[in-house]
Amino acid sequence: MRILAMVKRIFFQMLRDKRALALMMVAPLLVLTLLNYLLAGNTVDPRLGVINADDNLIERLEDSEITVIQVDANTKDLLLDKDLDGILDINGEDISLTLTNDQPNAAKALQMKVQQAIAAEKAKEQAANLSSFMKTIQSKLPGMTDKMEQVKSPKINTSYIYGNEDTIFFDQLNPILVGFFVFFFVFLISGIALLRERTTGTLERLLATPIQRRDIVFGYLLGYGLFAVIQTIIVVTYAVKVLDITLAGSFWNVVLINLTLALVALTLGLLLSSFANSEFQMMQFIPIAIIPQVFFAGIFPFESMAGWMQVLAKCMPMYYGGNALVEVMYKGSGLGEITNDLLVLVGFALVFIVLNVVALKKYRKI
Amino acid sequence: MSSAIVINEVSKRFGKKYVLNQINLTVESGQIFGLIGPSGSGKTTLVKIIVGMDSASHGNVQVLNTSVPNLQLLQRIGYMAQADALYNDLTGEENLAFFASLFKLKKVVQKERIAYAAELVHLTADLKKKVENYSGGMKRRLSLAAALIQNPDVLILDEPTVGIDPELRKSIWSELYRLKNEGKTILVTTHVMDEAEKCDCLAMVRNGEIITSGSPSELKNQYGITSLEEVFLQAGGKQQ
Ligand SMILES: Nc1ncnc2c1ncn2[C@@H]1O[C@H](COP(=O)(O)OP(=O)(O)O)[C@@H](O)[C@H]1O
Ligand SMILES: [Mg+2]
Repeated sequence: MRILAMVKRIFFQMLRDKRALALMMVAPLLVLTLLNYLLAGNTVDPRLGVINADDNLIERLEDSEITVIQVDANTKDLLLDKDLDGILDINGEDISLTLTNDQPNAAKALQMKVQQAIAAEKAKEQAANLSSFMKTIQSKLPGMTDKMEQVKSPKINTSYIYGNEDTIFFDQLNPILVGFFVFFFVFLISGIALLRERTTGTLERLLATPIQRRDIVFGYLLGYGLFAVIQTIIVVTYAVKVLDITLAGSFWNVVLINLTLALVALTLGLLLSSFANSEFQMMQFIPIAIIPQVFFAGIFPFESMAGWMQVLAKCMPMYYGGNALVEVMYKGSGLGEITNDLLVLVGFALVFIVLNVVALKKYRKI
Repeated sequence: MSSAIVINEVSKRFGKKYVLNQINLTVESGQIFGLIGPSGSGKTTLVKIIVGMDSASHGNVQVLNTSVPNLQLLQRIGYMAQADALYNDLTGEENLAFFASLFKLKKVVQKERIAYAAELVHLTADLKKKVENYSGGMKRRLSLAAALIQNPDVLILDEPTVGIDPELRKSIWSELYRLKNEGKTILVTTHVMDEAEKCDCLAMVRNGEIITSGSPSELKNQYGITSLEEVFLQAGGKQQ
């Protein structure tokens, strides 16, 4: 009964607070869209200046999506003037590559491509030399009729267990981001709501009625939980249907994971709000309690973390959420593979709920 | 007459500082009891301990023969805090309805009580307005209405008439008398002496101690003075 009264009141307040509603429902979509375009943006072909390169090499370079420009000197000024990413200077056997290296990733990629092109060109020359050498030998030794078979350059067939050759960073990152934004915005809205109730004195007033402390916590959970359900469905639907991100597994499993994450965010937000005296102090929890979560959610590979970092990761709800989301969205796993992650998340939520009920003792001992 | 509120040797300490020092006080049921003292004297702290919002460092409090804090007891206590604790983004009516639904009340009774309480504080016409558009006095009156919503046996009002104009103050007092005649016990804190005259019994508080108590006429006789303000000054002076 009293829980329902709380839920009803939270509904009225939330529906009237258009800004908070928009922050919860629309802001995650905006951020996801922006990131989608930023991370999916096609890279521009690198521009390479060449000196003394032969036509075959140039052709090969152009085949590997490099814009080749003939230049006559290898100077820094020229490099910068012509807006080149590098200059390949060929002087007989002496080959030098100068890279601008303003974007190390792009420079590395360019270096790889150039090396491959040169190696391939050399191999072709070698093969041609070899075959003319063989011909000479054959003509000198009339008895030998068998022609030596030409070695074909091997072609590697690449196959992918997860994703495909068009997979981009965002596809792998996306599940984590979807979860993180649900987590973040639910944390913020619910935490600030309870905080406001503390600072305006209504929480104290509430506790001067026969309401139980746990009814307050559950009222908040249900009230904001319902908004979190709506938010989760909107965000996941948008990510899958509009942004067209990879969803290998079931849509409803993704919703389930996000709801569990929202539950943790909700209970954590309520709990941390009891350690804040103002909305600004609530904001101060974001860099401490929220931002680090995203680092441990799977953006950086867990295996390559130092031992103590791995322990830290396992204390973060987002670690389990991110893990489960990547399993379902990217790897197409079913409920079986994510059960453990979900259980841990529910465990976090339960602990936070109990702590919340205890924290309210500050206002009333019973 | 039985005692509605019994305060026994209550002391309260914040850190090292004693805010209440061995308070003993008994409020008979059916009384309007006034707790008078300058601001900072410890009235709010005492009132919060009576309601159960704060716990005493020493001593104990009984309300209606039940030890505080007690959840069932809160059903029978109407509390009006010194600072208005209202939901500004809700209307006056929604505020009252919310508080009403926290008590065990039938739906029909809830409606009646909301209408009654709003009428009492002259807010019926403004019930549909959001509280953020209320004036200070209107908020005060809505807080009072919220304290009355469950028809409690004991009313504890912390400075109920601050910021309320004299005319309405008068009508609120006449309503308090009516509630008293229904058999309710009312504890009011105030720092305004002319309100003290209206109480059946008074306790004067200073620096966390009760310097004197009794009915207004008793106090005046005891000190041989006609104004309660003088009584307060004399009682306080005598103590130091
Ligand atoms: N939570 C608290 N922590 C420390 N001191 C407090 C606290 N609450 C009240 N006080 C102090 O207790 C004294 C009495 O305050 P209060 O009961 O509000 O007085 P009154 O209601 O009579 O104006 C004041 O000196 C106040 O500073
Ligand atoms: Mg006070």
